[in-house]
Order: sequence, then structure tokens, then C-alpha cells
Amino acid sequence: MFWTNVKRIVRTGFFNFWRNGTVSLASVLTMIVTLLVIGFIIMGSAVLKTSLDELRNKVDINITFIPKAAEEDVLSIKHSLETLPEVARVEYTSKEAVLEQFKERHADDQAILAALDELNQNPFGAALNVKAKDPSQYQSVANFLQGKSALPNTGLTIIDQVNYYQNKTAIDKLTSIITAADKLGLVLALAFIILSVITAFNTIRLTIYISRDEIGVMRLVGASTAYIQGPFIVVGMIYGLMAGILTLVILAPITYWLGHITENFFIGFNVFLYYLHNLPQIFLIIILGGLFIGAISSVLAIRKYLKV
Amino acid sequence: MIFFDRVTKVYPDSSVALQNVTFSIEPKEFVSIVGQSGAGKTTILKMLLAEEHPTEGQVFYESTDVHQLNKREINDFRRRIGMVFQDFRLLPDKTVYENIAFTMEASGRPDEEIAADVPHVLELVDLHDKAWNFPNELSGGEKQRVAIARALVNQPDIIVADEPTGNLDPVNTYDVVQILKKINDLGTTVILTTHNKGIIDSLGHRVIAMEKGKIIRDDKEGKYFI
Repeated sequence: MFWTNVKRIVRTGFFNFWRNGTVSLASVLTMIVTLLVIGFIIMGSAVLKTSLDELRNKVDINITFIPKAAEEDVLSIKHSLETLPEVARVEYTSKEAVLEQFKERHADDQAILAALDELNQNPFGAALNVKAKDPSQYQSVANFLQGKSALPNTGLTIIDQVNYYQNKTAIDKLTSIITAADKLGLVLALAFIILSVITAFNTIRLTIYISRDEIGVMRLVGASTAYIQGPFIVVGMIYGLMAGILTLVILAPITYWLGHITENFFIGFNVFLYYLHNLPQIFLIIILGGLFIGAISSVLAIRKYLKV
Repeated sequence: MIFFDRVTKVYPDSSVALQNVTFSIEPKEFVSIVGQSGAGKTTILKMLLAEEHPTEGQVFYESTDVHQLNKREINDFRRRIGMVFQDFRLLPDKTVYENIAFTMEASGRPDEEIAADVPHVLELVDLHDKAWNFPNELSGGEKQRVAIARALVNQPDIIVADEPTGNLDPVNTYDVVQILKKINDLGTTVILTTHNKGIIDSLGHRVIAMEKGKIIRDDKEGKYFI
């Protein structure tokens, strides 16, 4: 009996979808708008995330040591930095490497190279490049370097300069921008999703409102709640499925067109390639989202008319 | 079979639809309820179907108070009553065949039984050639005959017809009344509400006359007289 009912409900759902062509078309179109918004939000947050990550990566601090600092002392500071939970990674550049890099940078400037030769010794100290896990954590890294634990046994500081203090304002500003952008992105995404889901819900509610008299008649001939509700849920899910498939089709040319723009604008992020690479996940989110919105809207909208 | 025990219905706006109404209907009876608009005829039918709850009093079907039934039991109970309305209330997106089959499907009847019974009942109301038409392709009389077929197909204990001829011309009215008489002759209880004097006078069955929510007359072989 159960399967007979399921078969009848699904069949009726398909018939209703087909026979109410205009209403179905309108509902599918509205659902497409809803799902497109969700699709754009997925892409948008990916763009935002890549951009913010890129910005985060650009923030670092450089510690330069005095030329006299012994390599083992520098390496021991490197080691203690690495034990800090805030630190993502520390890169060591030996004083020789620093000199090489300086020479390379000034390869065209004979005067500077000549002056270096005159010195007969390496005027540079080794350097450490520190990347924190989050830009807001550079302050504590800087504090650590000021503390005694970073000093070698001699008690004299071998640190020449920590460029955090020069870049502090820029780092702080960037940190607050990144945090704000993260929050704003989330709030906007939620607001758009809620708005578009409400729009889809209202459209489905209207389609059920059109059928309110029929629902009353079904009640009076003794049809059970599930038997009345079932076909409406099936229709809602067909709306969602059709809209989902069409949305995925529509997203392809749109992201293709946007791909070049985002690639130039957002540090090499091509939204079309992102779409193609993440198609299985996007497919699941859009299709399941469509099915879910369609079904839930039908359940909520029909309740009111089932009270007879 | 049906017993209205001092039923009163007062709507939230204080309008009184029924006032202390008591009557009973025996199996296989053909009862007409007459009265002007607003006399309370339709409210009585809604009470019987548990569509409306009484403010006071009880409505019994056999020995069950229909307003004490839970949702599932109400569904089962409604399947034992065939309803015919003045405005037909067919499902517009279903064909004639599907409209009738829907009632059987809702009762959980198997496909083979539906395939056998629907053509049979369509034959009974002389609409076998319209099985695949949609309601908007039918005349008023045809629609009402579909509605009667739908009410009949589950072989209900009672047929309740709420002004079934209100929207029909005299020829179709005559047809519908003849079908209802035939149904009654075959052993089904029929409750009919109507304005139509001609119908009542030609039937020669029991007539309950109502006015302002009260029963003012209950005659075994009544005439239309208010």
C-alpha cells in the first residue's frame, strides 16, 4: 500500500507540474533567481577568501640581526619563534645570502658594489622572515622578540631591527579591513540567501494558494494529509530540480565571461576555473538547495489549507 | 443512523447559525432539508462532515460523536459519506476519470479496483464518453453528474447533496434528481438541501423545513412549504 501511494503521489506531482505549465514556469524562474544568488555567493566568497588570503600572506615581519650575531644564536631564536603557537613559519637567511641578495638587487649600480668591495667584510647580519597564522598575531610575536627569552646567553641583544614597528599601522589597518570584509561578506551572504529563499517560498505559496479550494475538496472526500500534501511536495521538488539544473547551465557562460575579469582584478583568481574545479560540490549545493527549498516551501505553505 | 442532539452553532461574530436543533435520520431515508438562504441548511451538513464544530450539543453517526474523532478517523468517516456541492467542486487539473479515481485512491483502493469501478460509475451517470475531458470542457449538468459519480464510487453509506441543482437548468435538474432517487432506491441514505419547490413536491419523501437556525417543520411526506 505504501509504495502504491508513493507511486500515485509522484505521478500526480508530475501531472500537476506539467498541466500547470505557466505557474510551473514562473516558479522555476523565481527559483533560478534564488539559486543563482546562492551560486554567486559561493563564487563571491571564494573570490573574497582568495583575496584575503593573498593579503594575509603579504603581511610578514622581518628581523635583521647585527652582523656580529653568531649563526647558532640566530638559529636558536628561529627555533624559539617556531615553538610559538601564533607562528606559521620562519625563514632563515644567512648573512652571506643577504649579501648575495643585496648584490643581485644592485647589480646595475657599480658605485654601491665598489663600496661593498672596499669594506672587505660583510656589513649585513642574518635575517629571519616570520609569517604568523593571522595578521593580528604579529603584535605578540614582536612582544616575544622584545622579551628576554629571545636573547642569547650573553644578555646582549643581537637583534638589529624588527620591521613590525615600522609597518605596525599598515598591518593593523590591513587586519581590521580583513576582519571587516570577512564579517561583511558573511552578513551580506546570509541576507541575500534569506531574501531569495523568502522570494521562492512566496512564489510556491502563491501556487498553493491557487489550489486552496482543491485542497478543501480533497479533505472532504477523505484524503489523508500525506496524500494531499505529497504531490505538492513533489511539484516543489521538481521546481527545485529543474531550477537547479538550469542554474548550473546558466552559471557556466556567466562565470566564463567573468573569469578574465576576476583573473585580472583578484590576483589571478579565475572564477570560471573555480566553477569547473568545484563543479561536483556546487552541483550538490545548488541541486540539494533547490530540492530542499522547494519541498520545505510546499510543506509550510500547504499547512494553512489542510485545517478543514 | 444520524442523530443531531440539541446542536447550537454560534459564530465568533455572534451570528447564530443553528439553535437547539434535534433530529435523527434512519438508514435508507431520503431526507430533504429546505429553507431560505441563511436558514442553517449548509451548517447542518458541515456539522455532519465535522467541517465545523458545534458550540453546544453533539452530532452522532451511528453511536459515534463525530466531533470526538481524531484526524485519521475523520478521514475514514468522510469516505463513508459522498458529497455533492452546488458549485461541483471538481479538481480542475484532473480529468473526469481522475477526479473519480482520486476519491478511490484516497481511500487506498488498489489500481485494479479503480480501473474496474470508475468506468462502471461513469456508465451509471451516462458520462462514459467524457472520461478524458477536463471539468472546464463540460456543461454544468455534466459536471454535477461527475460530482455524483465521485460521491458514489466509494459506495458510501450516505450521499449528502448541498443544493446540487442550484446552478442547473430544469432538464439537468430533473436528471440529477432522478439519479439521486435511483441511488436511494439502491439502499443509500440521501440528504438533500434545496430551494427548489418542484423537486420537493415531486419526491414525496421526508422534508425538514428550517428558518433562522431552527427546525420549524419535519414532515414524513412533506411538500415545500415555509
